[in-house]
Amino acid sequence: MPASSLNSEASRSKKTRSFRFSPSLSGYLFITPALMILGVFLGLPILYAIFLSFHKVEILGEMSYRFVHLRNFTRLVDDGRVWIALKNTAEYVAIVVPIQTFIALMLALVLNAQIRGKNLFRVVFFLPTITSSAVLTLIFMWIYNADGLLNHFLEGFGLPTYNWLGDPNIALKSIMIMNIWASAPFFMVIYLAALQDIPESLYEAAKIDGANGCDRFVNITLPLLKPVTFFIIVMGIIGTFQLFDQSYIFSGGSGGPNNSTLTVVLLIYQYAFKSLEMGYAAALALLLATAIVLATLVQRYLFKEDMPQ
Amino acid sequence: MKRISGLKALLYGFLILYAIVTFIPFAWAMSASFKPLAEIVEGGMNFIPKNFTLENYQSIFTRERLFGRWLFNSAFVAVCVTGFNIVFNSMAGYALARIPFRGNRLVFGMILAVLMIPGQITLIPTFLILKSLGWLNTYQGLIVPSMVNATFIFMMRQFFVNFPKELEEAAALDGLNRWQTFWKVVMPLAKPALAAQAIFIFMGSWNNFFMPLIVVSSQDMFTLPLGLNTFKGQYISYWNYIMAASMVFTLPALAIYAFFNRYFVQGVTFTGNKG
Repeated sequence: MPASSLNSEASRSKKTRSFRFSPSLSGYLFITPALMILGVFLGLPILYAIFLSFHKVEILGEMSYRFVHLRNFTRLVDDGRVWIALKNTAEYVAIVVPIQTFIALMLALVLNAQIRGKNLFRVVFFLPTITSSAVLTLIFMWIYNADGLLNHFLEGFGLPTYNWLGDPNIALKSIMIMNIWASAPFFMVIYLAALQDIPESLYEAAKIDGANGCDRFVNITLPLLKPVTFFIIVMGIIGTFQLFDQSYIFSGGSGGPNNSTLTVVLLIYQYAFKSLEMGYAAALALLLATAIVLATLVQRYLFKEDMPQ
Repeated sequence: MKRISGLKALLYGFLILYAIVTFIPFAWAMSASFKPLAEIVEGGMNFIPKNFTLENYQSIFTRERLFGRWLFNSAFVAVCVTGFNIVFNSMAGYALARIPFRGNRLVFGMILAVLMIPGQITLIPTFLILKSLGWLNTYQGLIVPSMVNATFIFMMRQFFVNFPKELEEAAALDGLNRWQTFWKVVMPLAKPALAAQAIFIFMGSWNNFFMPLIVVSSQDMFTLPLGLNTFKGQYISYWNYIMAASMVFTLPALAIYAFFNRYFVQGVTFTGNKG
């Protein structure tokens, strides 16, 4: 804001005596609570996290820090559990994101058609979105029980049953299924909104040119949805990267069975709050945050470039 | 003609199938919450309880003496967090959109930058800050760090940027100052945006598992998600109680959702993130 316009704004309000505070003062008054909270619980913590990641922190008794250079970061490389957590998280992202994006798109396309009872479907589809992850996880743990609903159901169709929670080869897949089920409808809403923004006239023009439904979908709908799809994929990656609640509750905080549900965030939690290695945990958190910020930046950049009109 | 109706049938089939897949876990949990344990252990796959009972609901409140307390903690924290967010985010958003103060652009830039910061990085420092303030295991520890949300400051700014200026000028002519204009003219007209904000903040706080997990360690300060988790540990095979407790936990969120349904969709499409 150039100084001249600030001044003219100030003198105008003085002249009319309508706003008794000067604009600057009232601006600060309005913004102060937000700035204070964001400063203390967001700005300060970011700097503090960077500081912590270079220190060995003693928090029992008198709090103390010992500068350890890059030792926390080099330790990350040699830490087998970090690699397991990264591998699990990567596998999780790679499977969940494409499937949930695809289902979300399918649901949105179908719901966008001339369908009766749209609202009823929407309400049902939303149920998982508004239910807490703690409740969803408990419900699924029960359904995944050895003699639970899912296995009975599979048996009924003569399909193989699984030890959904106890088998290290299956446990992470169980969380994936649950997560896809829970978040696909959420992304569906974003797709629906985008679909409704596509002007009907485009389709009509295409119809006149003799394009069939399939052509119209491939040549109009999909290209116009590209930015939203990209947005949804990046949001999905960021969300799945941060997987914690489900694996924590599923495994009772351990990441078991046999580290199969150990995720990066769960590992951060374990190091910070179970073994109280705050500095090391901060280094791991910094690594994760950097990855997420990079993903967001790439998304911001491409999303802006790729906006229609 | 026939092909079109076939397609329609296919679409409905797909939707109904997906609706069933979505609904079954809830129906199954709901049904278990009304069954006596014996019926659950028996392993029948009936969705309608044979021996319908309300005993599970009565029990969770009487057996687990802290359950009511957890419910209160969750509600109290969520209501406070929502109230503060509505006021502070709107004030900040309004200032950024409408008040030309020195540093306005800088603050806005900072808020945009902050939007990208994932919560995990602030987790450990926030814990240490709360610890040094002596706020672990307190309501202020659960409430104060969440009183402001950068996403919704941004959203409110966008909303106020498009807000008609004439109304404020009219209010100024009537002799109202900024503060009065904001509360008497601007905020009442911002209700749809406030509702979308309220529902997201409330749900986010109500369903939050991670923050309470690190801020709170004493059982009487637990919020429901934490309570539910220990409940599971304690009544490990009492799925009737666990499901009843889950239903009690889900109901308030459902009611609020039903009430603000319209704004919820607006909020989803605007923020594009859960909680």
